[in-house]
Amino acid sequence: MLFDRPRAVNVDLQTDATLQVDISDALSERDKVKFTVHTKSTLPNFKQNEFSVVRQHEEFIWLHDSFVENEEYAGYIIPPAPPRPDFDASREKLQKLGEGEGSMTKEEFTKMKQELEAEYLAIFKKTVAMHEVFLCRVAAHPVLRKDMNFHVFLEYNQDLSVRGKNKREKMEDFFKNVVKSADGVLVAGVKDVDDFFEHEKTFLLEYHNRVKDASSKSDRMIRSHKNAADDINRIASTLYTLGTQDSTDVCKFFLKVSELFEKTRKIEARVAADEDLKLADLLKYYLRESQAAKDLLYRRGRALVDYENANKALDKARAKNKDVLQAETSQQVCCQKFEKISESAKQELIDFKTRRVAAFRKNLVELAELELKHAKGNLQLLQSCVGVLKGDT
Amino acid sequence: MDPSLSASDIASSTKPLSEASSPPVMDLLSEPASEASSAPMVDLLMEPASEGSSAPMVDILSEPASEASSAPMLDLFMEPASEASSGPMMNLLMEPASDDLKEPPKPDIDPLADILNDTPLSEVKTPVAAMPQETPSDLFDDEPSELFAEPRQSNTAKQQQTSIFDEPDEDLFSEPLGEASKKPQNDFFKEALAPVAKASNVCGPLSDNYNEHPTDIFTEEAMTTLPSAVSTVSVNSKTNGVHSDEEEPDIFAEATVELSLDSPRNDRKKKEAAKPSASAPAPSVSASASKPQPKTLEELEEEVEDKFELNISITNPEKVGDGMNAYMAYKVSTQTTLPMFRSKTFTVRRRFSDFLGLYEKLSDKHTPNGYIVPPPPEKSIMGMTKVKVGKEDNSSAEFVERRRAALERYLQRVVFHPSLLQDPDVREFLERDDMPRAHNTQALSGAGFLKMINRATDSLSKMTIKMNESDVWFEEKLQEVEAEDQQLRKLHIMVDSLVGHRKELSVNTGGFAKSVAMLGSSEDNTALSRALSQLAEVEDKMEQLHQEQAASDSFCFAELLADYIRLLGSVRASFDQRMKTWQRWQDAQNMLQKKRETEAKLLWANKPDKLQQAKDDITEWEAKVTQYERDFDRVSATVRKEVLRFEKEKACDFKKQIIKYLESLLQSQQQLIKYWEAFLPEAKAIA
Repeated sequence: MLFDRPRAVNVDLQTDATLQVDISDALSERDKVKFTVHTKSTLPNFKQNEFSVVRQHEEFIWLHDSFVENEEYAGYIIPPAPPRPDFDASREKLQKLGEGEGSMTKEEFTKMKQELEAEYLAIFKKTVAMHEVFLCRVAAHPVLRKDMNFHVFLEYNQDLSVRGKNKREKMEDFFKNVVKSADGVLVAGVKDVDDFFEHEKTFLLEYHNRVKDASSKSDRMIRSHKNAADDINRIASTLYTLGTQDSTDVCKFFLKVSELFEKTRKIEARVAADEDLKLADLLKYYLRESQAAKDLLYRRGRALVDYENANKALDKARAKNKDVLQAETSQQVCCQKFEKISESAKQELIDFKTRRVAAFRKNLVELAELELKHAKGNLQLLQSCVGVLKGDT
Repeated sequence: MDPSLSASDIASSTKPLSEASSPPVMDLLSEPASEASSAPMVDLLMEPASEGSSAPMVDILSEPASEASSAPMLDLFMEPASEASSGPMMNLLMEPASDDLKEPPKPDIDPLADILNDTPLSEVKTPVAAMPQETPSDLFDDEPSELFAEPRQSNTAKQQQTSIFDEPDEDLFSEPLGEASKKPQNDFFKEALAPVAKASNVCGPLSDNYNEHPTDIFTEEAMTTLPSAVSTVSVNSKTNGVHSDEEEPDIFAEATVELSLDSPRNDRKKKEAAKPSASAPAPSVSASASKPQPKTLEELEEEVEDKFELNISITNPEKVGDGMNAYMAYKVSTQTTLPMFRSKTFTVRRRFSDFLGLYEKLSDKHTPNGYIVPPPPEKSIMGMTKVKVGKEDNSSAEFVERRRAALERYLQRVVFHPSLLQDPDVREFLERDDMPRAHNTQALSGAGFLKMINRATDSLSKMTIKMNESDVWFEEKLQEVEAEDQQLRKLHIMVDSLVGHRKELSVNTGGFAKSVAMLGSSEDNTALSRALSQLAEVEDKMEQLHQEQAASDSFCFAELLADYIRLLGSVRASFDQRMKTWQRWQDAQNMLQKKRETEAKLLWANKPDKLQQAKDDITEWEAKVTQYERDFDRVSATVRKEVLRFEKEKACDFKKQIIKYLESLLQSQQQLIKYWEAFLPEAKAIA
């Protein structure tokens, strides 16, 4: 079921036969999801050409964090980590369903169950897709694809024994984030010497906020669309009951309308699901990716500030003629670091834009096509049904 | 999966049907949270009955009858571990199908047996043996056999569920209970060569118009859905390419659903209707109630139109006065050629309480005789207060419009009732300029309170009267009416909720549109920025569309239901009235009995002086008994006539309104297509 989902939905990646990664399979086990990561590669440092390993969400996070912590990669947009699988809402509803079982008719119960199943499946698929996108992005990245940790992640067929972060580490992370964002504000206040980066900085800041807003709004829209579809579902089943208990010829009519609603609500639910997939997920992905790009700019800004400070320190040292050599080396280190980051960052940001435009194009075209397909299907159903009903009366 | 499935099914099939659904639920609830954690999914799925209970969530999800969707998944789960290395997608896809061919048919039937909760088990079981029988007379005979045939056919078609993201949804949706009755589709498709023959077979014994429907339906459905099959295929082939041709049977099969659904059930219904009425004292009436309806209905319609031309419309709601004493006045315009009115067109102004007053008058006069007096819309203190306070917002305008339409329908129902139209009060209401103000219509007035008490005593006496019904027709009708009332109420709640959610959707779409517009403005790729602002425009229009749709949900559908919930109340009132007259008759009979006993005693005691008095009493009560009996018969006849009339009108109303509603849905889909078609080139222009 997971297999022919359009690959790497939200990123447009040049395919490269030397390293192809996908998630061929996934199982849901209680609150855990186990992904089977399947690799095909001609690279010499793998033992085989094709292999699969089982990985869990935590291991993906570990891989992501290892990229983030690696100084070498400071100049790259680190592909955003996939979000945690979240089945809580689904499970909660399941519980409610169980509690309400006594008070429902069998039809209602089944309908509810159907809705839940569909919902669960959708979340499941999304989870898998997001994890896959992450791997594909890494595999397509000219530098990250060569990372040792990545290779271990792909090949080592045992548990990586990565554990989730404990409380202390979470606290540390939290403080680090606070410091980072405070620092980020400081760094962002520094006027950039390079126009390109200055422009990117203002753009990303605004873009990130707006994409965040759009993402949450799209979620809300889709949720109410789903609710409406669920209502139609229930209406259909009640009409069905009406149709089966009435003895007049209206019953036939009700049955027909019930059947129609049953079909149209399926379409409505599909519209909502496709909007979710093509629109909401796209926005969500670029919310995270723009955050990653912002992080890159922050690292560059930090390096720039460091570099400027080192320059000042060197000037001071020269003036005092004390520790000049030490200051010179540190200035050189900072300079190198800054230049290295700047060099790759520029390309990365340009790539980011290309990717974004391509992904938006692909998704919007697909969205429009799907909307059209569904609307046309719906229209056809309605037309034929109205035709039949009119013929009846 | 198969063993566990069949095991749980066997378990459930031994239980009463009502409980059949509980095992999966238990699973759903307890298991995912419990011990299943460590065992890998594949194992669990393959484990036999003993482990059935600890199957984790996904298992549960796939359990209910969605055999086709889950089976391929399983196979895939098992595969990649081993030699999946070089196996192309095709391979993976093909395998489950063949597996399914071998295995699932057996267990498949049982879940469906569960599902068809109205299907007695025995009936399901038998046809399994005699599978290919297609006696159209029995609905159940058909189904299981189709189920049997199902996996074979649909699995080939469903292979592509693995391929496109959205395909599995369809599966999940289409398999379980609610749709169990649709199963015949495959069978029908197989028999597509001779569907007409079968259709006529089904309908042969029935009257002409029934004979026509199914065939009609079939041909129309089939024809119209065929293009849709083609279109879906083309879309699918884009993403998928491999299995496109296999989709066709599936979709085509759906087209035939209509036929298979309708005809057998109809047939069965007919039988059910025919059975009780054979023993009923008035078989002819009940037969006519169910059979030649459409025809007579049309005739009646024509008659109505021929006999009296009478159009009533209510327009121009207007607020009169200020503050809490304000009220809405409506313009009631009548156009008629009836000689009983003084002129051909005339208008009067009436306020809401006048409508209530009219109802009170009509109800007092006609309900005791067993007539169904159409009730006016209810008072709404909330809505009216809003209007009175003078808030000029959407909801109060909507309230006024809703009420206006409801009043119009109410008045039309009154004048379309041949007996009520003759009532002088109706004429006065329509014609007279200076209508005396209606009293006692305030919900909270003293009179209203008295009415409430009356109603309470009424329902009390209703409970105490135990009528041993001599007429099965009435008993059945009353039950029907009660059941229908319940269902309509439920439906009404759901449609209301749909209206709510659609409004919410409209608001949220509007929010999203704004948000996308902002995103577009900050996007620095020109083409993408432009496309995003176009998307924002599309979403803006969709907001409007959803809002309009919500309005038509409410006006066409919810209001219709509300009307009929009220009308069913009146129908019940007329049944109650019949019961009351019956009670009076019985009381009189008892009294007569007593008098006769007295007479006998007097004769025995030889008291001639009092004997004359007793004899007089007897004649008096005899007359009363005959009178009351005649009353009862008369009321019974009226109720019967009224109920039949009501049902005809209801059928007509529902058809008209629902078709109107569907047309509104149709229009909004057309708009939708227009919007997205305009957007598509914009999206493609992003570079």
